[in-house]
Amino acid sequence: MSAVVDRLGVDPKELIDEVLKAYPEKSAKRRAKHLNVHEEGKTDCDVKSNIKSLPGVMTIRGCAYAGSKGVVWGPIKDMIHISHGPVGCGQYSWASRRNYYIGTTGIDSYGTMQFTSDFQEKDIVFGGDKKLEKIIDEIQVLFPLNKGISIQSECPIGLIGDDIEAVAKKKAKEYEGKTIVPVRCEGFRGVSQSLGHHIANDAIRDFVFDKTDPDKNKFESSPYDVAIIGDYNIGGDAWSSRILLEEMGLRVIAQWSGDGSIAELENTPKAKLNVLHCYRSMNYISRHMEEKYGVPWVEYNFFGPSKIEESLRKIASFFDDSIKEKTEQVIAKYKKLTDDVIAKYKPRLQGKKVMLFVGGLRPRHVIGAYEDLGMEVVGTGYEFGHNDDYQRTTHYVKDGTLIYDDVTGYEFEKFVEAIQPDLVGSGIKEKYVFQKMGVPFRQMHSWDYSGPYHGYDGFAIFARDMDMAINSPVWSLTKAPWAKK
Amino acid sequence: MAALRQIAFYGKGGIGKSTTSQNTLAALAEMGQKILIVGCDPKADSTRLILHAKAQDTVLSLAAEAGSVEDLEIEDVMKIGYRDIRCVESGGPEPGVGCAGRGVITSINFLEENGAYDGVDYVSYDVLGDVVCGGFAMPIRENKAQEIYIVMSGEMMAMYAANNISKGILKYANSGGVRLGGLVCNERQTDKELELAEALAGKLGTKLIHFVPRDNIVQHAELRRMTVLEYAPDSKQAGEYRTLAQKVHANAGNGTIPTPITMDELEDLLMDFGIMKKEDESVIGKAANVA
Repeated sequence: MSAVVDRLGVDPKELIDEVLKAYPEKSAKRRAKHLNVHEEGKTDCDVKSNIKSLPGVMTIRGCAYAGSKGVVWGPIKDMIHISHGPVGCGQYSWASRRNYYIGTTGIDSYGTMQFTSDFQEKDIVFGGDKKLEKIIDEIQVLFPLNKGISIQSECPIGLIGDDIEAVAKKKAKEYEGKTIVPVRCEGFRGVSQSLGHHIANDAIRDFVFDKTDPDKNKFESSPYDVAIIGDYNIGGDAWSSRILLEEMGLRVIAQWSGDGSIAELENTPKAKLNVLHCYRSMNYISRHMEEKYGVPWVEYNFFGPSKIEESLRKIASFFDDSIKEKTEQVIAKYKKLTDDVIAKYKPRLQGKKVMLFVGGLRPRHVIGAYEDLGMEVVGTGYEFGHNDDYQRTTHYVKDGTLIYDDVTGYEFEKFVEAIQPDLVGSGIKEKYVFQKMGVPFRQMHSWDYSGPYHGYDGFAIFARDMDMAINSPVWSLTKAPWAKK
Repeated sequence: MAALRQIAFYGKGGIGKSTTSQNTLAALAEMGQKILIVGCDPKADSTRLILHAKAQDTVLSLAAEAGSVEDLEIEDVMKIGYRDIRCVESGGPEPGVGCAGRGVITSINFLEENGAYDGVDYVSYDVLGDVVCGGFAMPIRENKAQEIYIVMSGEMMAMYAANNISKGILKYANSGGVRLGGLVCNERQTDKELELAEALAGKLGTKLIHFVPRDNIVQHAELRRMTVLEYAPDSKQAGEYRTLAQKVHANAGNGTIPTPITMDELEDLLMDFGIMKKEDESVIGKAANVA
C-alpha cells in the first residue's frame, strides 16, 4: 500500500473513511459500498453500481429520457424526435450533445432543432394523445423530408397513461408505413439514464428492425461491411474513427447514432461485424443483432495510439489477410503523427495525475490515451455503469486507483481536495467547482467545445487540449485556500 | 356573517352521496344559508338536482376549449339553482384517458383564486366514491373542507369504504386540520342497520349524525331532477333532510380526528351483530358446494 500512498499523497482507504464520516450512519453504510481502492489482480472493482442514488446527495446522474432522447435517438439526424410532455425536458436538451452531423438543418436534418408537445394543464387532465396526433400532422406538413418520427416520453406520459403506441400505429398507417417510434423513456423509470439507453435500444428493435420489410430493403451488402455502434460523433468522433476503418479496407455502412440516419439503422443487420465503442449504451442492440441476424460484435477503443493499434488489429482479425495487411499499413502510416504528438506533449505532461468521473464508457476508455502521454489516472468512476463495466475497468486501472460509483458532489470535491490531481475530467456541472479550487479541468462528455478525441487525428487534439488545460499560465496566478505556501 | 363552513361528502360509489348532499344543502338553503356546491366528479352530476339539469359547462371542459383555466371567468362556470344555490362542476376527462385527479386540483385552485367562495356560508364538495389518488384527496387537504361527512349504510363494503376514508382523513388531520364531521347512514334496510352504524361511528371515534330512512319519494324527485325539498316540501322525507341539515349546522367545530380500525376489527364488529357468522378458518375460500 505504501507505493499507493506515495503515488496519491494520501492513503485512499483512510480518505474514503474520512469522507464517509460526513454522512448519517445509514447513508455512510450505503455509500461505502460504492467506494473502493482497486487492488492489482482482482477481476472486479468491488463496488455496487446501477442502484438508486441516495436522497439528499448531489448525484451527477441523468434520467431515462436523457438516455433515450439525448443519447441514443437524438443524433439520428433525418428523424424528428418529439420531446413529449411539458416543455422543460425538451428545452434543456435542445441543440444536442454536440453530435455533429452533415445535412441541412430544418430541411433534411433536424439534430439541433427541438420539437416538443409543450404540455399544458388541459393535456394532463384530458390526455395528450390528440395533441400528439396534431403534432405529427404538422411535422409532416412543415418538414416533409423527415424520414421518421420518434416520440420521447417525459414523465407525465406514463403517469396519465396516454396510449402513444396507438397514436404511433395510427399515424404510421395514415402516412403509408412511415417509421413512427413510441419510446417509453419516462424519466422516473430506473435509477439513471442507463435504463433509457436500454429502452431506446428495444424501441429500435421493435419499431425499426421488426418493421423493416427485408424484401423491400434493397441494400446490397459487401464482405467488408461494418457498422460503428455506440459512437455519438461528439465533436466529430465517429468521423475520425470511420477514416481508420475505411483505410483498413472496410466499408462503414452505419453510424449508431452520431451523424446516423434511419436507413443506416435499417441496414445494420446486413453488416458482417458490429464494432462497439460505447458498450454501456448499445450492448443491448448488439447482442440482439448477434442472436437474431448472426452479426458478431466486438468492443474497441479508439482513444490513444496504444489502444487504437490494439483495437484495429482486433477488428481486422474478423476479416481476411488483405484487411490485416492494410491494417498494419494504417498503423505504420500514423506512427510518425503519434510519435510527433507524444514527443511534443509527453515532456510537458509526464507524471501528471488525473481523476475522472464520466458516464458509462470513458471512465475506462480514455485511461490508455492519458498513459500514452505519460500521465496516470489515479481515480475514476461511472455515473451509470453496471457491474460488467466495472469488471472491464480492471484491465485499465492500476493498483491503488480510487474507484467511486455514482459519486456525490461532496465526495468528489473531498477526494480531489485530498489527492490534488493535476487534472480532473468530468462534466459541465463539475467543471466550475474544480476550476474554482484551482484544479485544471476538461469536460469529458462534450470535449469542452473541442474534439474529436477518437482516432489518431483525435489523439493529437486530445493531447493539445490536456496540455492547454494543465499548463495554462493562469494556474500560477491563483492560489487555493488550502495551499500550504 | 359567520365564518365560512367548508364541508365535503365522501362515501362508497353509489351510496347516495350526491342525493343526500343536495337534499341536505337544499334544506340548509331553506334555513337561509348561502351555499356553493363544488362537484368533484368527472361525471359532473353532483348538482343535477339543484339545477334540474346536468351541468354542461364544467370548469375543465371550458378551460380546454378556451386554452387554459386562466382564460376563464368565474361567471362562465358558476350556475345558480334552487334557492340561489351556486353550483360548479369540475368535470374531467372521459373514462380511460388523462388525469381526472389533476383536474380536481386545477378546478379547486381556480375557484379559490377567483373568489368563488366570497359571500357564501357553506362550500360543499361532492367527491367521487373512490379516492383513487391525491387529486381526489384535494378537498380534504389544507385550507379546504374542515368537516367530512361520510355517507354509508349497513352494507359491509359501505362500512369498509367509510373506514378507508377515515384513514385518509387521519392522514391529513394533523397537517391540515380536517376533521370527521360524522357518519350519515342512508338506509338500505339491512339487518340491525342503525345499531351497526352507531357501533361503527363509535369505533371510528365519531357519531352517527343522522339515520336517513329509505323512502321511494327520493326516487320520484330524482326522476324530475329535483330534491325532495323542492318536489315535496311537506313530505316526511323532506323533514328528515331538514333534521339532517340542522344537525350539520349545529355540528360546527365538533368534528373529531377519526380512529380507523383494522379489517379484522371490522369483521369482528359484523360478527358481534350476528351479520357475519364466526367461520371455521378451514372453510375460507371454499365454495358452498365444497364445504
